[in-house]
Amino acid sequence: MENEKGGYEAGRREILAKAFAAALTGLAAGAVVAGSGALDTVAEALSNEPTLVPIPNLPPAAAGENQILRMMNDLRRALAKPMEKRHWGMVIDLRKCVGCQACTVSCITENKLPPGVVYRPVITEEKGQFPHVAKTFTPRPCMHCAEPSCVPVCPVGATFKRPDGIVAIDYAACIGCRYCITACPYNARTFDFGEFNDEGGEIPAYDKVASKEYGGSWSRAGDASPVGNARKCTFCVHRIEQGELPACTVSCMGRATYFGDLNDPESLIHELVGKANATRLKESAGTKPVVYYLQ
Amino acid sequence: MRSITRTVLAVIWAVALLAGGYAIVLRLTQGHRPAAYGSYVVWGLGVAQYIYFVGISAGAYLLSTLYYAFGVKKLEAVARPALLVACVGLAAGLFSIWVDLGKMGRVFSVFFRPNFQSMMAWMIWLYTAYGVLLIITGYLALKGDRRVRTAAIIGVPLVVSFSGGVGALFATLEARPLWNTSLYPVFFILGALLSAAGLLMLLLALQDRETPAVAEALAVLGKSVLLLLALDVLLEWAEYSVGLWYGVGGEQAALKEILFGSYWWVFWVVHLLLGVAVPALLLFRGSQNRTNQAIAGFLVVATYLAVRLNLVIPGLVTPELKGLETSYTGTRLVFTYSPSLFEWGIFAFAAAVAVGLIWVGYRYLPVTTSGSRKEEKTA
Repeated sequence: MENEKGGYEAGRREILAKAFAAALTGLAAGAVVAGSGALDTVAEALSNEPTLVPIPNLPPAAAGENQILRMMNDLRRALAKPMEKRHWGMVIDLRKCVGCQACTVSCITENKLPPGVVYRPVITEEKGQFPHVAKTFTPRPCMHCAEPSCVPVCPVGATFKRPDGIVAIDYAACIGCRYCITACPYNARTFDFGEFNDEGGEIPAYDKVASKEYGGSWSRAGDASPVGNARKCTFCVHRIEQGELPACTVSCMGRATYFGDLNDPESLIHELVGKANATRLKESAGTKPVVYYLQ
Repeated sequence: MRSITRTVLAVIWAVALLAGGYAIVLRLTQGHRPAAYGSYVVWGLGVAQYIYFVGISAGAYLLSTLYYAFGVKKLEAVARPALLVACVGLAAGLFSIWVDLGKMGRVFSVFFRPNFQSMMAWMIWLYTAYGVLLIITGYLALKGDRRVRTAAIIGVPLVVSFSGGVGALFATLEARPLWNTSLYPVFFILGALLSAAGLLMLLLALQDRETPAVAEALAVLGKSVLLLLALDVLLEWAEYSVGLWYGVGGEQAALKEILFGSYWWVFWVVHLLLGVAVPALLLFRGSQNRTNQAIAGFLVVATYLAVRLNLVIPGLVTPELKGLETSYTGTRLVFTYSPSLFEWGIFAFAAAVAVGLIWVGYRYLPVTTSGSRKEEKTA
């Protein structure tokens, strides 16, 4: 590694030396009007074959080292365990998030979210004063809290915590009282008003596709559930149970979102949660979110 | 009441019923789409009107128990109208919250699969018990049966529980600093008594028959309203001054929204001026004057909806996370709210039906006659 690095630097030095020489030659050519020999030198220098920088000799790509592949392996390992032995969690590295909102959009397309329903908005904040300013981006999925305040308030038990830590909503049971929405300290729940992207008068075909949330097939035609229900991020449980990572995780171009089993000490997410800069939103609420942020 | 006044009121009532009926049709055919609340301000006028009507019901029942359970003779004339108002208020309140549900057809699942950790589940079961007791109390009261006392005595803790429970439904939510105060349940019980006393004062003042019993009851109601208004203002002062005193804390934003936000006039003009100051002045200056009593009663009960709105809406207009209001927006993803005409229509329907039921009750039930003579006979 060190050798290759040295070699790469040597190549750079070589190019710089040639460029410097060419520049000096050029200057000399400008200064000495009658010096036709100098012009020949420039032409000679330009016609020379360039010296290519050697390609660094990187180690071969290994399955465990690409973060996405590693997380997929983590996922498969977790799925091999009984459900109650795994606990899904998420880590979002705020230093890597560029605020592109690809996660927001991929979540909308994955879950076929209608207008008025959003599972993962990205909060943008401007900090500091000119000239020392910064913009921070905080994606906010459902926190899938260990002590969720939305679960005990549901009068019919339609929202509940699964053994694997996912806070779920039973669309077939939710009465749409919206008490859970008021109870969430993160505004992470929204209400399905039964609206479509039908500004032109006709419902577009993509709006009619059934959502696969919770492994079901939820078509909203005729105001069927989840219309009239509370809705929120499911951690893409329909994907993870098929060995796929959540849509927000795979669509993150900055590789800022990580997902996995918090109970697995070998998993990437377990490693990240243990970092000193790992924090959670609104710790004072006491809901113990399983979404961590690296700051 | 003059016939011209009656005609005008009848026309207003009919318009409210028709417009409200259209809103109900919209609700049944278009669901929640015509409503103006969204995914963040997720409770609107519908929830405010629900606590308004059930509050009137609870307060009216408690006032009736002053006669039936505790034997306050001066309130004899108000006891039966109070039970009628309690029945109608409960029906209007439960109807309001039923049409506010996202899935109206699943309303009965609260009986089949209740989660008793939820304050809302407790409320539903308490309402059911209260509804049954209310029918029994009303039946016994109309019959002049002495067992009405037992029913009324049982009713007192039950009504205090559910009325305070509605406050607790909000107060137990740690996520909402405005609601998360132990004053809320007390405030709800007090508000129930005040709004019901105002309505009963109006009804008694409008009664054609001017008996000494009615005059006596009106005098007591007038004093009660004054006392309750004072307590209401005291509780509000406690809540607002504590929350705002040092200029920091989670409740600040919501309280400032109430006092100085875009709906400042709801608090200062509708509530404090028209709902507190004017009725108090009317009752101070002419406590025996029927017109004063009627106007004061009307103002107290009508403007109390503003108090209910200010209890519900401002608790939701502050984003839980700073910056969420601009993160991903849309007509349903905003932290502002103003009821739509459709929502006012739903309110108008519930109010018009409630007024109609009270009128029917007055006309066809022995509401204005005392039950004591019958009671004597039974004894």
